[in-house]
Order: sequence, then C-alpha cells, then structure tokens
Amino acid sequence: MPDPDARAVIELGYGGNERLVMNMGPQHPSAHGVFRMILTLEGETIVAVDPIIGYLHRCHEKLGETLTYVQYPSIASKTDYVAAMTAELCYVRAAEQLGQIEVPKRAQYLRVLCAELQRVASHLLWLGTWCMDMGGALGGGATLFLYCFRERERILDLFEALTGARLLYGFHQVGGTRYDLPADWADRCRQTVDDVEGRLDEYEAMLAGNTIFLVRTQGVGVISPELAQEVGVSGPLIRGSGIAYDVRRAEPYSAYEEFTFDVPVEAAGDCYARYRVRMQEFRQSIRIVRQVLDGLPAGPISSRPGVKSVGQVKLPKGEAYARVEGPRGEVGIYLVSDGSTKPYRMKWRGASFSNLAVAGDILPGHKVADAVAILGSIDPVFGEVDR
Amino acid sequence: MTGTDLLWLVGPPFLLLNGLLLFIAYLTLLERKFAARLQSRVGPYRVGRPHGWLQPIADALKLLLKEDIVPALADPTVYNLAPIVFLVPAFLMYAAIPFAPRLALADLQIGLVFVLAVSSLEIVGLFMCGWGSNNKYALLSAMRAVNQIISYEVPFILVALVPAVLAGSLRLQDLVDAQRGLWFVAYPGLGQLAFVAFLVTALASENRIPFDIVEAESELVAGFRVEYSGMKFALIQLAEFTHLFGVACLGTLLFLGGWLGPGPAALGPAWFVGKAVLLFLLVIWVRWSFIRIRVDQILGLSWKVFLPATLGLLLLAGAVVAARGGGGV
Repeated sequence: MPDPDARAVIELGYGGNERLVMNMGPQHPSAHGVFRMILTLEGETIVAVDPIIGYLHRCHEKLGETLTYVQYPSIASKTDYVAAMTAELCYVRAAEQLGQIEVPKRAQYLRVLCAELQRVASHLLWLGTWCMDMGGALGGGATLFLYCFRERERILDLFEALTGARLLYGFHQVGGTRYDLPADWADRCRQTVDDVEGRLDEYEAMLAGNTIFLVRTQGVGVISPELAQEVGVSGPLIRGSGIAYDVRRAEPYSAYEEFTFDVPVEAAGDCYARYRVRMQEFRQSIRIVRQVLDGLPAGPISSRPGVKSVGQVKLPKGEAYARVEGPRGEVGIYLVSDGSTKPYRMKWRGASFSNLAVAGDILPGHKVADAVAILGSIDPVFGEVDR
Repeated sequence: MTGTDLLWLVGPPFLLLNGLLLFIAYLTLLERKFAARLQSRVGPYRVGRPHGWLQPIADALKLLLKEDIVPALADPTVYNLAPIVFLVPAFLMYAAIPFAPRLALADLQIGLVFVLAVSSLEIVGLFMCGWGSNNKYALLSAMRAVNQIISYEVPFILVALVPAVLAGSLRLQDLVDAQRGLWFVAYPGLGQLAFVAFLVTALASENRIPFDIVEAESELVAGFRVEYSGMKFALIQLAEFTHLFGVACLGTLLFLGGWLGPGPAALGPAWFVGKAVLLFLLVIWVRWSFIRIRVDQILGLSWKVFLPATLGLLLLAGAVVAARGGGGV
C-alpha cells in the first residue's frame, strides 16, 4: 500500500534508518513496458511501493464504441500485443455470445491452434525478458533472451505465413476466422513445435539446476492464496499459488473440452513456482497443438464469410461477458449492445491489470534487485494494464 | 647514462605497454566474438571484413572523437584524475609478471605480493570515479563496488598465497619453477579447490557476472562510470579489461604452470599467453551464461563461505608443506 508519508516528504539518506524515495521508471533499462514505481527504500529493502500506471493508455474502450464489430478485432490485438491472438479471440467471442452467432468447427479448432501457439510464443518472450532482467542485458540473461527469441521467431514465421503479420494479426472475426491454413502449414507447424519442445528441455536444464537462479527466485515474491483471490490475479500467478483455476476448464470455450491437457499448479507461490507453472504450460500447449493438427476437421472457417463492409455485423440489444485464458491470465470483455453495428459500451478486463495490482502488496520487504525478478514473474504487458 | 642504457631502461616498458594496449583491444574483440557464438549470432563482422578485425580500432577512434562531457558540478581534480588512477595499477601489475623465465620487466623477490597489492589499488580509482561525478547514484554504486571488492579481496589474497606456500617463495618465477613436476591445479583436492576459489573470488573482485551488481545498477540507476564519456570512459573500460587479463595471467602463473609446456623453451611466452587467454575465455563463458546474484547474497557468500574456505585451504597447504618436511619443492 502506498505510504502517504513517503510521498509527502522526501527524506534523503544513505543508510541507517533514513528512508530514500527512489523513482523507478517509467523508462528503465529492464523495462517491461512503461511502468513507474515510487519505491521507499531503507537501505536495500523496499519499505513501500507506489505503482503508477497509465503511460500507455490509448482509449481502447472509447475506440470500441466508435469502431464496428468488424473493425475492432484488429485493434483488440493491440491491448495485449504480446499475445494478440487471445485478445482478439476474447472480443469476437463476446460479440458472438451477444448475437448468438454459431462458429463452425474448423474455425474453433483454428482458434485453439492459434491461441496455444500464441501462448508458447508469449511465454518464450516472458522467459527471455525475465532472464534478461535478472541477468543483465550484457550477460547471461541476454544469452537466454536471444535463444528464446530465436524460437519465438519460428512461431512468428508460422503466423506470418498464416495471416501475413508477425505481431498483430487481425486473424479473428465475428463468426470465425479470416484466414485458413496454407498448404504446407500443418507440417511446418509440427516441425516447429517439435524443435521448440526440444530446445525448451535445454533451457530448463540451463536454469533448473543453476543455484544462482534458484537463489534469486525461490522464496521471492510469495503470493499467498488468500491474497491472490483477494486481489483477483489469474493465470500463472494464481496457479502458482496453489489454486487450480483455468478458464479453459472453468468455462470451456472454442472446443477446448475436446482436447486433453493438464493444468499445471504449484503450491509455493514464489517466483520459482510461477516459473515452473509456465514451463509446464509450454508443454501442455504443444500437446494441444498436436491434437488440433491431428483432428482438424474440414469445413468453412466462418459462419459469416465475405464480411467486407464494415457495417455488416449488427448485434441485437443486450450484454455479454466473454473471457479467455490468455498467457497472462483471464482476459475478459464486457459488451453492451444497443442494436447497432457498434457497441454501446465495451469494457476490457485486462489480465495484467489485476495481476500488477498485487505488486504493491508483495514488494515491500524485498530487496531492490528482487523487484525486477518479481515484476518479471508477474509478466505484465502494459497494453493490457493501461488499455 | 649512455644511450644504450637509456634504451634498455625505456624500451621494454614502452614495448610492453603498447603491446598490451593492442592485445587488450583485441581481447575485447575476442570477447564479443565468443559471446556472439554463445548466443547463436556472429558478432562484429563488417568493420574490417570479413570478421570484424578492425572493430577495436574503430571503437578506439570513435571514443577518441566523442565529445568529452564533464558535469558542471563535478569535482574537476578528482573527476579527471580518476580514470588515470584506475588505469595505472592495472598496467603496473604487468611490471612484475614474467612471461618467460627471464622475461619480466622487474624481477622482484616479492613479485606475488607486489602484483596483489597493486591490483588492489584499483579500488581507489573506482571510488574516485564515483565520488568525483557528484552524482548520488554513481556514489552509491561506487560504495557498493568498494564493499564487494574489499570483501572478496581477502579470500582472493588468501587463496593466491596457497601456491606460494606450496612453492616456498613469493617470487613469481620460483612459483612456476615449482610446477615443473605437477601444476598446482593438479594437486589432488587442494589444487582444484584452490583454483575454483581463485576463479570465483577473482570474478567477484573484477565485478564480473555473476557478481556484477555494480554494473547492474543500470537496471535501476546507473553505475559508477555514468558521468564519463569519450576517452575517459574508454580508459575506464580499458583498465577493467587490463586488470581482468592481469588476474588471468596471475592465475596462469599460480595454478596453470605459467610458461611450462611441451616443446622448446622459446615457446614459453606463447604457452603463457595461450593459457591466460584460456582463463580469460572461461571468465567470458561464465559471464554470458549466468544471471547475477543479489548483492546481499554476494556479500554473504564472501564472508560466510569464501573467507573460512580459503583460510582452511591455506592451513591445508601449510600442513602439506609441513608433512613433506618444510622448504620449497
């Protein structure tokens, strides 16, 4: 909780019981985005944290009111730009729920395929940047960063072949998907996924036995299950604290009930537990991808094909809330429609927004160097936080 | 003093200094290439095709031509002297390091002590950098660096004395001669433990990853050299590399048999430099493989693990010497 005295009076000191108020961000070399923290330090220990967000606010919710249901999915990807597929998926699901629109089987499978590939790509970015934050941009962290990005590039190449874009896709549309798989894509995908899985074993070997890594992450940033539920974190954060909650199991969507996969849960609640959860999620996502590729049905990819005119999707009056399990947690969209081609109100529930809220509670008591490790394990993307 | 005497007085140091400068510059290229290969990339490639051979020259020229920004409130004397005070001990170390049985600038009876003492002077230069910058964060970083380096210098010196005890002399040439039969690193148990302790304490004394919390200040604020630009920055970087290579040379002399190797005696210096470069590569390998340790863990490691361990090793070395009847090998 922010310490009001710390903000009102700046007491500068170099140790002892004098407190130093230090500003971290919004630009810092180990940036996870534009995030500002005002830390009150006593020596090396953080005593209070005042997180300040809003540097990346781009009025998505207002944009949602001014753009039609056909236009907005491409913009939705810009909230969680690291995991664009799940962001778009959330929006089109909300619209489909509102309009009771059927989605063909093939489209649902393709959505699952892209969502899980996106999860792998997003976690690769998380692993690379987290190690770089902890290890230094000129050091061991950078090595793992470059390795992870090398694998991520392969997945982005797949997405580029599929949609034409590497980061922000515009793949989903209301009623299905916009693109179908090119001819040799399935084989390329299988090959990529096999390679990534093999490399993941190497990276785990590099980190799991490394005492330095263990010492930096075990016991650091413990989120108790009570705190997790009180603040409303989701995704790897809550599964790392022992609570087995996954939207894909709690409220299955897009044919997830047809695939077998495990939901990894760890009880410790520290950075290491969240690391283990994400590492296992890699493997489960790859498992799902293989199942999808094996069982992909033929058929149309959209129940509303050929949507070219921006006003072509009109949804009846009503409201709907749709949520998906993104790599960072539960992403939700609440849509209120007044019967026209544009929503009356659109509200984003960003996973990172709720996840980041826990930082103010768990950072005090840790050293400054832990702040970076903890932030990295929370894995915020500020497009989602600030919208 | 005749002309030739003057030449003998000035010539060798001149040659050594300049040779070292060029060699260290190319060591930076080696580091970049090695790091690049570790990370599945190529490293400097274009400057001096085809493999970036002119990169160090280009870097030196660039830094020479950069604007020299001096903070208005910096203490001019301290600020300007600091890079020099940082650089001189690094080069001074090489005065006592022998590259071959009779190839040393200064043949000192207490060569080991001289090298260790001079290399510890780096701290003064480092702190002057932080102090003269008149920057709160530079000072904080410099204080942390001093804290860490001093904490690790003690076990470093203790473990460097282990070969001296085993050889019965502080003269660096004698240390290598004592390894004619068996390199100190190959002594069962004692040698390997001492070598590992030497490596770790050296890494920590040099502010290298995994102990580079000083440079990791750049995660939050900036390191002690934040206010330095242009050639002064180049001097600081050069000093760090020179010091690191000097410690690698020391490690070669102490543990890896110096200039001893198969082949004619004239190959001695080549073996020496080769082994030192191998040690240097090991340091680089460690740097680009590990993440950094937190500062309280670093200090805890030094005082709680390395100080007792190196004291124990020194006592063990003494026991070994006493058991074989005292005196040198």
